[in-house]
Amino acid sequence: MAVTTDSVALNEWVPCGWLGQVPLGGQMDTVIFGQKISITRSDDDCYRVETLPEDGSSGRQLPVQTRYCCIFTTLGEAKRPLPEIAEFDEPDRRVTGCGSVGVNTSPYRLVENFLDMAHFSFIHTDILGAPDRTEVLAYKTEHRKDVDEIWAIDCTFYQPAASKASATGQMTQYVYRVMSPFSVMLYKNVHCDPTRNDAICVFIQPKGETECLAYMPMAIVDENSSTADLIDFQQSIFLQDRVILENQRPALLPLDPTYELPTRADASSIAYRRWLKAMNIKFGIYEKQAA
Amino acid sequence: MTIKLYDYSLSGSCYKVRLLLHFLDLHYEKQQIDFYPGRQHKSLDFLQINPLGQIPALEDDGLQLRDAQAILCHLANKYDGSGRWLPRDERHFGAVMMWVMFAGGELMSASAARLHDALGYKLDINAARASAHAAFRILDDHMTLREIEGAKWIVGDHPTIADIACFPYVALSGDGGIGHEDYPALRNWMRNFRRLPRFHAMSGVPEYV
Repeated sequence: MAVTTDSVALNEWVPCGWLGQVPLGGQMDTVIFGQKISITRSDDDCYRVETLPEDGSSGRQLPVQTRYCCIFTTLGEAKRPLPEIAEFDEPDRRVTGCGSVGVNTSPYRLVENFLDMAHFSFIHTDILGAPDRTEVLAYKTEHRKDVDEIWAIDCTFYQPAASKASATGQMTQYVYRVMSPFSVMLYKNVHCDPTRNDAICVFIQPKGETECLAYMPMAIVDENSSTADLIDFQQSIFLQDRVILENQRPALLPLDPTYELPTRADASSIAYRRWLKAMNIKFGIYEKQAA
Repeated sequence: MTIKLYDYSLSGSCYKVRLLLHFLDLHYEKQQIDFYPGRQHKSLDFLQINPLGQIPALEDDGLQLRDAQAILCHLANKYDGSGRWLPRDERHFGAVMMWVMFAGGELMSASAARLHDALGYKLDINAARASAHAAFRILDDHMTLREIEGAKWIVGDHPTIADIACFPYVALSGDGGIGHEDYPALRNWMRNFRRLPRFHAMSGVPEYV
């Protein structure tokens, strides 16, 4: 695809690689918003990102930040900083990136799937949901104007195996947080310590309007599981989601409220779509065809 | 006696072995390998277990094995008292082995397409998909013939390790952008396979085929 001209999308920070993906002294090409970019790594935490113009002319250097196991960049002028997620700084946390996984759909479908609790019992059967306990209890959504984020609070769902550390089923308390059009996270109560929350994120690299890479850094309280087990759990969940994500039609997200009919369980999706509509984002959005 | 499987949940090849272990109701120990992003299967420690740097690998009573197909043969040979999963009679043995080899050979193009789409492997995706479709055509034609004969399985009257070896990468092909629309006999066969007692799905195996 051509590079998007949507400045709302271009002005967001997005991930373009995971830490460790580019070897020391090495280089990697990838794509964001249809723009080819090149990442070079000269030192442990020293990355340079620049555009790769199609005509072979020299590229433009882009801003870079490394956080949450990812390399972030932006093609525009970022209006919001990277989100603060304090859990990643707590010393006893297991901070784990899970690489990135390719998904052929629009970035917003990924965010909405991550926000959705109603699919747990059907797609993540016996792990994040049970076939006989499918109800999504009422929860609240908020647009936090000070940080311009969408939150869903007071979410609860019965989970047979909420995390790698779980031995029995539990009522899991969730808080969801949409930090940008392309990033979302959740806090869920830790199995062994109800005062703390695991923090699990999805940062999305939109390569094109219906072609994404999803990065899933997490900061977990779990002394026992191996890193391989933590990653395996998270990736297994995500590849269950990937099947339904790639089968959603249209792949682009419709913002017209009459196009898809939400239920009460979709309150977070409704808030997210309103927010996207208000910011007038065009990239990856389904435009109504003329009759 | 303990069986130890070097495993990665998202690997279709490991899934073949897990399926047979479940079907035979065998207890085993699982050693999780950080295949992606950690590439632990290429680590020096793992190369001692399998110098090819591939999963699955299996340890069984001092025996160390690699290759999903070889492991299926070993488990069926040693633990399946009924002899049905790996028939030894001359009418069936060769045919089962032929399709087991097909699963480890031609069908692996569907695995390559999946690695490209989901895990970002650099390879010629169009070539991988074309090869996978060609392999699916061969198996679908075979299963069509089997249906005409009134049979449900790849070889003989019972499911064999040929069915187990072929199932994962046919079922998972959607992950690599390869649909099942053109393969009605494969869809029927997958439905039958899913109904086997003790069957379990893995992530990416679609619920409805």
